[in-house]
Amino acid sequence: MKRRTLLTGSLALAASPVAAQAAKTPLVWWHAMTGANGEEINRIATGFNASQSAYEIQAVYKGGYADVLTAAIAAWRANQAPHLVQIFEVGTGSMLAAGPATKQVWQLAQETGVALDPALYIPGVRGYYALSDGRQASMPFNSSTAVMWYNKDAFEKAGLDPEKPPATWADTVAAARAIKAKEAASIPVTSSWLIWVQLEQFGAIHDLPFASKSNGFDGLDAELKFNGAGQAKQWQRLADMSQEGTFKYTGRDTAPDAVFYSGQAAIGFGSSAGRGDIVRNAKFRWGEALLPIDTEVNPHPINSIIGGASLWTMTARERTPAEYKGVAEFLRYIGQPEVDAHWHQTTGYVPVTFGGYEKSKADGYYQTAVGADVPIQQLARGTVTANSRGLRLGRLAEIRNILYEETEKMLQGQQTAQQTLDAGVQRGNRVLRDFQKSVGG
Amino acid sequence: MRRGPDWLAHAILGLGVLLFALPVWLVLAGSTQDSAAIARGELSLWPGADGLAAYARAWHGGAPRMLLTSLGMALLIAGGKIVISSLSAFAVAFFRFPFRQVAFWLIFLTLMLPVEVRIIPTYAVMSDFGLINSFTGLWVPLIASATATLLYRQVFVAIPDELIEAARMDGAGPLRFFWDIVVPVSAANTAALFVILFVYGWNQYLWPLLVATDPRLDTIVIGIVKMIAVETQADWAAVMATAVLALLPPVVVVVLMQRWFVSGLTEGEK
Amino acid sequence: MERRTVFHHRLLPILLVAPQFLLTVFFFLWPAGEAIWSSMTRQDPFGLHSQFVGLDNFTDLFEDPLYRDSIGRTVVFMTAVSLLSMAVALLLAVFADREIRGRGIYRTLLIWPYAIAPAMAAVLWLLLLQPQIGLVGVWLNRHGIAWDYHLNGTQALTVVILASAWKQVSYNFIFFLAGLQSIPRTVTEAARLDGAKGWRRFRTITFPLLAPTTFFLIVVNLVYAAFDTFGTVQALTQGGPGKATETLVIKVYRDGVVNLDIGSSSAQSVVLMLGVVALTALQFRFLGRRSDA
Repeated sequence: MKRRTLLTGSLALAASPVAAQAAKTPLVWWHAMTGANGEEINRIATGFNASQSAYEIQAVYKGGYADVLTAAIAAWRANQAPHLVQIFEVGTGSMLAAGPATKQVWQLAQETGVALDPALYIPGVRGYYALSDGRQASMPFNSSTAVMWYNKDAFEKAGLDPEKPPATWADTVAAARAIKAKEAASIPVTSSWLIWVQLEQFGAIHDLPFASKSNGFDGLDAELKFNGAGQAKQWQRLADMSQEGTFKYTGRDTAPDAVFYSGQAAIGFGSSAGRGDIVRNAKFRWGEALLPIDTEVNPHPINSIIGGASLWTMTARERTPAEYKGVAEFLRYIGQPEVDAHWHQTTGYVPVTFGGYEKSKADGYYQTAVGADVPIQQLARGTVTANSRGLRLGRLAEIRNILYEETEKMLQGQQTAQQTLDAGVQRGNRVLRDFQKSVGG
Repeated sequence: MRRGPDWLAHAILGLGVLLFALPVWLVLAGSTQDSAAIARGELSLWPGADGLAAYARAWHGGAPRMLLTSLGMALLIAGGKIVISSLSAFAVAFFRFPFRQVAFWLIFLTLMLPVEVRIIPTYAVMSDFGLINSFTGLWVPLIASATATLLYRQVFVAIPDELIEAARMDGAGPLRFFWDIVVPVSAANTAALFVILFVYGWNQYLWPLLVATDPRLDTIVIGIVKMIAVETQADWAAVMATAVLALLPPVVVVVLMQRWFVSGLTEGEK
Repeated sequence: MERRTVFHHRLLPILLVAPQFLLTVFFFLWPAGEAIWSSMTRQDPFGLHSQFVGLDNFTDLFEDPLYRDSIGRTVVFMTAVSLLSMAVALLLAVFADREIRGRGIYRTLLIWPYAIAPAMAAVLWLLLLQPQIGLVGVWLNRHGIAWDYHLNGTQALTVVILASAWKQVSYNFIFFLAGLQSIPRTVTEAARLDGAKGWRRFRTITFPLLAPTTFFLIVVNLVYAAFDTFGTVQALTQGGPGKATETLVIKVYRDGVVNLDIGSSSAQSVVLMLGVVALTALQFRFLGRRSDA
């Protein structure tokens, strides 16, 4: 008996390399980043681990944003939630209703004593993730906005000025037609995150409401309003362009990203955070530009809204105060100017802290990386209104999917733009009411 | 008897064979081609110049662990179901015990509940047991259904009385009887069941997808579907190499044990 | 079928049945019960609030035109897959039953596809039909046919039907062949001597004698098409574009796992359960007992 236990004991010891690191408290971070951004995440994790000896954070890729949200909820229900999870901005409404499943930033700061000062963060960025009284709910991490990526080589081939991207939608349509006529690219225009860019952002910059109650910020009883004249005009424009071959729908979410950086599309609308992958993959001259405006809908555009994600702290039954302290320390780490600036410069996400932005300016980053300040410009343009603060609706991800479905029908010629948006509002309102009832609102 | 070769039969059967061989050949040939070329639309039926490079990429990309997970699942499901079902069938066929009818009917009920209709609540039960994201959770819930039990029961009940009498006279107890008589008599059925259940376990998709959020528990089938999830970024040659690896074990099992498998599958139906 | 008791032990059989019984209770009966309970509640995604709403989820379902569409679509899908798969399998089985050289090899080459997973069938068909990289897909687009099942719902439905039917041919082939082989040669010989030609013989003698096999396969194929095709559809189209390939089982998954609407998803599961019970009861009524699948 004694020999057996000694044997098994030493075998167990020999087989566990973890034994050597047992001193560090392990933390688990679920994220949705791939490609260049995914590598940056790993670098941040490694940097944090190297900067102190009490905690070891492990970054785990869990799939796309929607997958991460679903997995996080399921994991929490099974008492296996990670410490930190990257939830996209449209999941904010659902996460705010999560009650005991999350520990909000202000709570974390209070309980652990680690300083997470909201004043260090750029208001336009942190506001999306804050409570109405200003307390911070989740930690902004990767915030982007929508921009227009364009292929300068294709522009030249089409006889367009590569240094003057179209500023209005009328110009964009004209440019697309020129590209098609001169066959400068196989696809004139495509768009990643179609709903986010062409509906949500379009509405914000033209000061059109997506939903009542300040896009949901002021109450759970908000109703959808994105089927107004301005948005319907934009949707019809996309349908018409698709008909004439100047716009091609190449899939949902990030699927169209590769269509631009592989050179197939001359204009690719997408997230400013696509910059990293474009830098890495594009074998042509390219530019980053502001979203075009429809001057007939609104000649004075205002700010676009942020997209991307924030970091939520999740709870678990046996989670210790030490673990929460580790999470808070990590959140403080990523808010440091060097880390924030490096993240911004490598990925195309905007800096979330003033420190990060100042450092990037001091580094001369915006001189070398032309266009990298376009998203910041766009986010800071004009005065924020109730329509451009962002969106706060429960089950917004599902509403986006509904819109994808209806739009896919429209692009097959099965319904008009107005019908599409009306169906979206009708089905979406049902989801909102369901959500409202389910959280006891 | 026919005078010449039956051209029509050969033609039809040849086409049939081609219908199934073509995609497999495509995958084999494609796995030797260049992924970037495939992405440009140049997939061809002719083997490419890349040789086994894609297999190396697939191997280093985590294929071994996924293959092992699939193998473990398939073997445990096949083995587990065979053991549990044969024991249950044995009990129901040769004993009289309280609640026997109830037990039989309850088990029979499971025939009517494919996993796809129980997914959400089964997941909830699993998480109550702490089985989410565990290897155990991958296979244990899948060995509960009753198809094998019914098959075994049919076979056992048909065992001739003479054999039973002989065993009785030898003074054999129930377990001896099981081991010496019942198991050998049903060997062919067990072989057939092994094939059916191995394939069933290997090919599972929905259940492992739900239960295991940790990528380290991915089966090879789930792994491949994840590889094609973002079609614009897939490494196609590696996808095909992984597909070849994923198809091999169940195909080998079916082909090697074909005779038992076919007879076991069709036996009860005649 | 009753038989006289062989052993008189009491405890042993209970122990022998216990594992299966316990597994059945925990992984079938309890979840089934949970599904029925959840189908009558409305919950938030985190499971923090839950209210009893009676049969509301069910009435909402059947009043929802999208759900009714899904039912219709699933019926079309099930019929197409079963018909296509069984027709091809029967054709092959008839010819594989003939006395030709290489019969054994042909049979092996038509049986091995049984091993292919539904999700793998999807991957294989993707490599054939994907618009940008598929062998046939690229060819179609290059020759002026606008082929893209990501954008065209009818094309998407066609692709999943083809992939699903293809996967099932092997199984049907095995059973049809066994069924054909169990028809006594004397019967078919007698018919031939009577002057009945091939097709007539098939129509009047062979096919009627295959009726039990055919009926059995119809039920199995319908259940396969309704449930086991989840992997195929999910891997190829995920139910899209729009809702073009959203079958009932895909909808259960989408609503339950992706949209986290537990109440509606459970109600859909209960409806599906009732459907399976009905089909299985039908099968037993006409066949006596079900073979292993």
